[in-house]
Amino acid sequence: MKNQHLYDLENESIYILREVASQFKKPVLLFSGGKDSIVMAHLARKAFYPSRIPFPFMHVDTGHNFPETIEFRDAFMKELGADLIVRYVQDSIDQNKVQEETGKYASRNSLQTVTLLDAIEEHGFDACLGGARRDEEKSRAKERIFSVRDDFGQWDYKRQRPEPFQLLNGRIQFGENVRAFPISNWTEEDIWSYILQEGLELPSVYFAHNRKLIKRDGQYLAHSEFVNIVDSDEIEERTVRFRTVGDMTCTAAFLSDAATVEDVLKENVASKHSERGARIDDKRSESALEDRKKGGYF
Amino acid sequence: MNVELSSGLKAKRSNSLKSLYKMELVRISTAGSVDDGKSTLIGRLLFDNNALTKEQEELVAKKTAEKGWDDLDLSVITDGLVAEREQGITIDVANMYFSTDTHKFIITDSPGHVEYTRNMVTGASMAETSIILIDARKGLLEQSYRHFYISHLLRLKRVIFAVNKMDLVEYDQDRFLEIAVEIQRMVEGLNAAVPYTVVPVSSLKGDNVVKPSENMTWYQGKTLNGLLHETHPDISESQPLRFDVQHVTHSQENGFVDYRGYSGRVISGTVSVGDTLRVLPSKKESVVTEIRRYTETKDKAISGDSVSISLADEIDISRGAILVHPDETPEPQQTVKATLVWMDEKDANVGSKWLMKAASREFPVKLQTILQSVDPTKKNATDNKNVIALNDITEVEIRLSQPGYFDAYETNKKNGIFILIDPQTNNTVAVGFVKGE
Ligand SMILES: Nc1nc2c(ncn2[C@@H]2O[C@H](COP(=O)(O)OP(=O)(O)OP(=O)(O)O)[C@@H](O)[C@H]2O)c(=O)[nH]1
Ligand SMILES: [Mg+2]
Repeated sequence: MKNQHLYDLENESIYILREVASQFKKPVLLFSGGKDSIVMAHLARKAFYPSRIPFPFMHVDTGHNFPETIEFRDAFMKELGADLIVRYVQDSIDQNKVQEETGKYASRNSLQTVTLLDAIEEHGFDACLGGARRDEEKSRAKERIFSVRDDFGQWDYKRQRPEPFQLLNGRIQFGENVRAFPISNWTEEDIWSYILQEGLELPSVYFAHNRKLIKRDGQYLAHSEFVNIVDSDEIEERTVRFRTVGDMTCTAAFLSDAATVEDVLKENVASKHSERGARIDDKRSESALEDRKKGGYF
Repeated sequence: MNVELSSGLKAKRSNSLKSLYKMELVRISTAGSVDDGKSTLIGRLLFDNNALTKEQEELVAKKTAEKGWDDLDLSVITDGLVAEREQGITIDVANMYFSTDTHKFIITDSPGHVEYTRNMVTGASMAETSIILIDARKGLLEQSYRHFYISHLLRLKRVIFAVNKMDLVEYDQDRFLEIAVEIQRMVEGLNAAVPYTVVPVSSLKGDNVVKPSENMTWYQGKTLNGLLHETHPDISESQPLRFDVQHVTHSQENGFVDYRGYSGRVISGTVSVGDTLRVLPSKKESVVTEIRRYTETKDKAISGDSVSISLADEIDISRGAILVHPDETPEPQQTVKATLVWMDEKDANVGSKWLMKAASREFPVKLQTILQSVDPTKKNATDNKNVIALNDITEVEIRLSQPGYFDAYETNKKNGIFILIDPQTNNTVAVGFVKGE
């Protein structure tokens, strides 16, 4: 039995990926090693098969990633035969372009923006493909498929171009670039169903595993050298999985025994939490993501 | 926040793993005047369909408490921008997603404010059904006429008029009927072919949105949710084939020798292996040898499919070419008559030049004649202007720098539309609907 709605979503995403390849001179696919960028990469493979994906991949490495994600990323790239550019937030810190945050909640998540914008400029990328989905967060729900950013990468919702009938206008002035979102209309559930249908591999942190954890404010964080541990934190070992794999400093774990994609799907459907609930950096304020986006964040 | 995810695993919802089965993907948009309750209605639909996440529920609870309301403030779910929550209005389209056992809905919350009409058009363009809200106290307003006109222009499969805030008119049947008559007059006045339904609701209290109303037992029809479930995706298989070439794929990789495929989307109709196709604009013909989607080859592709087509002969085909069946070739046009919805702050006049984008084609065009401006409210009969301004709906004649191969929007939606791009600012300034001769 064909899964009609996944097929429809796939049609739409392939259309968008092909528009990006044709309308821009130098697109790049931003690849984090997370499930959304894996799905996006798979769709890109489908869009251009049998030829190679006609653009490079780029990872902005905060240095605080899960080691499992980095390992997966390298293996995935090798299999795909795509070029991977890696840019390090550490370099931006060493060059004094950004300052490391301090304190209990220190995270490099918002520092990424500077490294990303520098890399865009260095390579002259005019379009960056991102795996953001509109169901993720309330300001994401407002994002266009082609989102024009100025020289500073800023998002201005008032300047968003109308996209009637998904006719995508990617014309830009010199210095501007476009963030393109081919999986805008996918939900988290669609992503997991698709991973199941296509038999895609994922980093192991997405599935139940034993882990040393830091319990803080009622949430579990992976124990790592990157988290500044304070007295009130409790260290525990538990069976958990992650629903999103951001930095180890700001991604919360869920207690879970879900060991397979099917288990994960079932568990997610039953739970009413959104995956963003596990993003501690989004909880800094009510408009944390909107503010970061205005500042050039993805 | 509750970290014991597995404790909630009793799967109260019967629809576990529903996404593995066949579901229909349906797109819905909302419209109506400022403060008619569109955002609240969508919030209510999600809430009563048990589709809100814990985080969204918490946000609703928090905002409701801040305002000190007795009823839930469900509008905060779609009004995701700080400016929107501060001003209590919707500024930009938000896309929300929810699914039930049989359907997967993408629902766009459009702003009611006239200034943001372009966002309403964008929201409705992909929709099969639009919900136009009407405040029961106010009846039809200018925006109701405008949005109905746009729904008619878009040839939506169905319009649902939701007469909202019935709680503020004591759930009065007579008031509802008065509005229903107004609606009927509007529809007749336009000679509009859009099928429509009228349903009395209260988004704030929840009457007839998902749950049948106990306050309006005089209403025998379906709830809004019930009506939405009658919607099916729009697939135009029976129309002539229009295949839009987005990208030419050449490959020597993955075991292929000199692979050449024309990658793009079936805009309308169907194409099968063995069909003779004509390439526009070159008019050369060849036979389909393969239809490919990734590693899979298919006998046939239908409207909506993204595939790569290979042909028996080497002919020169590049991005922007259209593949058709020879006996269904559209006429090349040097000028097109179209209805424009103007979306830019900057006005346009006769002689204005733009880039037209239709499917993958992009070429310069010029505004030749302003035929007539349309007043959806029918207040000012035909007031003929020589400028086109923001949110105007205008019938025009446009001269093309290369032949267009449009169908009339009325007969083939997907091949009867275009956008106009201002070459100076690069803004998308208008959407156009091609008219038949
Ligand atoms: N009494 C009552 N109030 C309602 C109802 N629906 C919405 N409201 C109120 O009407 C006001 C406007 O509601 P919104 O949902 O923000 O309206 P909107 O149509 O989305 O407004 P814009 O997006 O700015 O055009 C809010 O104060 C709502 O609580 C209803 O059924 N009954
Ligand atoms: Mg609103």
